[in-house]
Amino acid sequence: MNTITAVNEFVIRFANVNGTGSASANMLFAKSLFRMGIPVSPRNMFPSNIQGLPTWYDVRVSEKGYMGRRGENVDMVVAMNPQSFERDVKSLAPGGFLFYDSTKYIDTGKYRSDIQWIGVPLMEICQREYQNPRQRQLFKNIIYVGALAALLEMDFDVIKDLIASQFKAKQKLIPPNIHALELGYDYASKNFDCPLSIKVKAADLNKDKILIDGNTASAIGAVYSGATVASWYPITPSTSLVEAFEKFAERFRIDKETGEKKFAIIQAEDELSAMGMVIGASWNGARAFTATSGPGVSLMTEFLGLAYFAEIPVVLFDVQRGGPSTGMPTRTQQSDILSCAYASHGDSKQVLLFPSDPKDAFDIAADAFDYANRLQTPVIVMLDLELGMNDWISDELEWDDKREYDQGKVLNAEQLDKLERYGRYLDVDGDGITYRTYPGTHPEKGAFFTRGTSRDEYAVYSELGEDYVHNVDRLTRKFATAAELLPKPVIYKAKASAVCGVVYVGTTALVQDEMTDLLEQDGIYVDAMKIRAFPFHSDVKKFINKHQKVFVIDINRDAQLRTLLINEEDFDPAKLLSIRHYDGMPVTAVTIVEQMKSALGISDNSNAEKRA
Amino acid sequence: MSYMKKPQFYNPDLPKNELGLTIRDYEGSLSTLCAGCGHDSISSGIMQACFELSISPHTVAKISGIGCSSKTPTYYLGNAHGFNSVHGRMPSVATGANVANRDLTYIGMSGDGDTASIGLGQFVHVIRRQLNMLYVVANNGTYGLTKGQNSATLDKGSKPKKGPDNPWDSIDLVTTAIQMGATFVARSFSGDKQQLVPLIKAAVAHKGFAFIDCISPCVTFNNHAGSTKSYDYVREHNAVMNRMDFIPLQDEITTEYAAGTSSQVSLHDGSVMHLQKLAEDYDPRDKITALDNLQRHNADGKVLTGLLYVDPDASDTHDVLATSKTPLRELKEKDLCPGAEVLSSINASFS
Ligand SMILES: Cc1ncc(C[n+]2csc(CCOP(=O)(O)OP(=O)(O)O)c2C)c(N)n1
Ligand code: SF4
Ligand SMILES: [Mg+2]
Repeated sequence: MNTITAVNEFVIRFANVNGTGSASANMLFAKSLFRMGIPVSPRNMFPSNIQGLPTWYDVRVSEKGYMGRRGENVDMVVAMNPQSFERDVKSLAPGGFLFYDSTKYIDTGKYRSDIQWIGVPLMEICQREYQNPRQRQLFKNIIYVGALAALLEMDFDVIKDLIASQFKAKQKLIPPNIHALELGYDYASKNFDCPLSIKVKAADLNKDKILIDGNTASAIGAVYSGATVASWYPITPSTSLVEAFEKFAERFRIDKETGEKKFAIIQAEDELSAMGMVIGASWNGARAFTATSGPGVSLMTEFLGLAYFAEIPVVLFDVQRGGPSTGMPTRTQQSDILSCAYASHGDSKQVLLFPSDPKDAFDIAADAFDYANRLQTPVIVMLDLELGMNDWISDELEWDDKREYDQGKVLNAEQLDKLERYGRYLDVDGDGITYRTYPGTHPEKGAFFTRGTSRDEYAVYSELGEDYVHNVDRLTRKFATAAELLPKPVIYKAKASAVCGVVYVGTTALVQDEMTDLLEQDGIYVDAMKIRAFPFHSDVKKFINKHQKVFVIDINRDAQLRTLLINEEDFDPAKLLSIRHYDGMPVTAVTIVEQMKSALGISDNSNAEKRA
Repeated sequence: MSYMKKPQFYNPDLPKNELGLTIRDYEGSLSTLCAGCGHDSISSGIMQACFELSISPHTVAKISGIGCSSKTPTYYLGNAHGFNSVHGRMPSVATGANVANRDLTYIGMSGDGDTASIGLGQFVHVIRRQLNMLYVVANNGTYGLTKGQNSATLDKGSKPKKGPDNPWDSIDLVTTAIQMGATFVARSFSGDKQQLVPLIKAAVAHKGFAFIDCISPCVTFNNHAGSTKSYDYVREHNAVMNRMDFIPLQDEITTEYAAGTSSQVSLHDGSVMHLQKLAEDYDPRDKITALDNLQRHNADGKVLTGLLYVDPDASDTHDVLATSKTPLRELKEKDLCPGAEVLSSINASFS
């Protein structure tokens, strides 16, 4: 039998039952590898359920730095869930390793003979060591981590240190956890030939890196950027963003002497209300945000139109997921692009930002408040579940203490005093952005009526068609200002000159290196462009015009990014080739490369010559 | 009415308030509502109350939903910022605004369609959150702006101008408000300035959520013999529960009312509400009595008006959230940003 041999380049899957405390043990495993300096990308696949259903946690270990999902087959499975056992056994690549609880006899031959079976009597060890059923359950998880440490030759001290820091506040839990680790470690060392032919080796590739999820990074960005009002309605996968905001705000924004909070978080009765509160707070001069997912965006849509038209800054984090309701919500997609870009009725259009990793999410979250205020319009930050809810290796977060918040064009009382007549919607600078005032600024000047109905430059109600056109044409001008103000796309040149380009947004960035390497192996060279904002920067157009064919990667069924490009920039649709992936799992480099090759008419086994 | 500019006459004899302002300083632009619309009387009630309270107009934020009633904030306090938001969602916009700046006075203007139908959810939740605001419903039992459909406050059996009698039970907003925990609940009638103005003054001074359900006949669609929200009907069936005089903090408290016929309610800021009791043993501080009274009058086909319920020691959203005394919108980088050094320790906790 062929046995997989790999050092620092494999995928291990933990198959658990939802709600059994496995998540922290699995995290302990992944973080230990991270601390050993090895690039890892852990990924949670969980049901829309609280207890009892299968969950999977895939950890890709890749010294090459390939952090995207590799594919369906994995090299090792820790099969802790009888319910999904058969399926988990099948998911193993030939020659892979199946780690299971051998307390009860399992006729392994009945399943597969082309894999290695590694049975550890976890339950038996727990029965022997622990009295309390809850402890048995929890320590069972730690025991398998201990066993893996021996099997994969992990640095045992690193794991012990992690446990020590994890239970810093509950010191007495440290020894029993370490004991559990050792139980697993000792059993594996005595009963198997350790290490296995797949194993890890300490490296030094995570210097100045952190392991963090995108929702947490965004929340820290919001704290740093001075957000004071958060209003929200719980929905996966955005919930943890507001929860993280609360955690950090509680830590850093409570006055030590008075106990006063320099923030307000309101759990609204629904997403309409959440958005209404953000609009009210921003209208009144605070930095406010909400976070939601597709269904919430639908409910916020009327309000988004009002905010666009009434020119009120709004920061909305949309952590995208599959729609519409139960079933896909715990799976990832980028399928709100069009519903967000064109959110609302009438002549409206919204600004979108696309973070692609946690550091980027932090920066974009912080910048979003400046953009929203500068542009006086909603800014929708388009995350997805893949970024929001999984831990990623990321550059450290950075902040410049000299940075000042940009509240945009706001007039104070002295400035108003100098004005002959204040016009809320009067474009004095030619950039389409007009001056606003906060309520309560001046006893006689600067008050105006905010409304969704049409009005003239002085905010006076008007039903004249020409006033309406004048106003919405200025909003178009403001959008053109936005396009050049917002982050430019990032362009990655291929190693050789390329006639093809590939375009994507957000987390698809994760598979880019692997994708270009795979293509290069076949002698195909493509330049890549990561779009970071909508309206599109002029560089987007330049990039697409420069290439003969451009692949547009969409993590949705209907090629929404491609549609948006064609609609906004008048590209020839024939030139934009669509690559789509929408089964709810994070996209893999292989999926993209296969679709590209088939679009280019290159069969899988041919290579070289054909240069795209 | 046409969109002409309001004529500005200066009358030196107009009385001035403590700020040296006259009632003209509390006006807005000319109303475009139908002549005789009850809503205009509410607008003038608000102007009068703010004038008498000597509130500087620019320290008020006027927020509304959509409807004829929600248009009215343009017609009063022209030097205050106003926000005509979306249908039924005034409460959330008011909540956000208030949370951002606790120092302004918030007046929310809504209609019965805006509040009792599309906005019922936001209405009850803003009450639960005890937002410090005055919430006025100009209640005409109809959708004025969309031309006369029945609203959810229209009484069952009421005869609309056209179509069959209303077959649905109505929602009583004051009962709902009391049940949801509003701490100042009153009902009045747009045609009764003497009752309305003191109520508005007391409501504005009240800390916490103050609600006034103001019956405000729609002369165009709902002011005919068959309607229970018409001028005539309300005048005939109005059971005034208490006459009220509101004494702001600055004024000396007079004892005009004979003992035994009046009850004084002190508000958090030290001002006093003086209630002249018509119903002998009515105590507006007792929720159960208030609800009981409402039920009895409803059963008799009477519209109970006056201050129905008040909790003078109410708290508000900011108390519950423990937000800083300095309005959130005034906070700056140094108050809000934990800084680069803290960020490195955050980084360390993720490495
Ligand atoms: C989402 C939405 N649906 C419907 C409307 C149309 N609409 C405007 S005002 C109104 C009813 C207003 O009734 P009410 O609040 O009682 O105000 P009134 O005009 O009677 O003062 C409706 C249904 C709207 N503006 N928005
Ligand atoms: S339609 Fe009715 S509610 Fe609207 S302005 Fe006219 S009278 Fe007032
Ligand atoms: Mg109405």
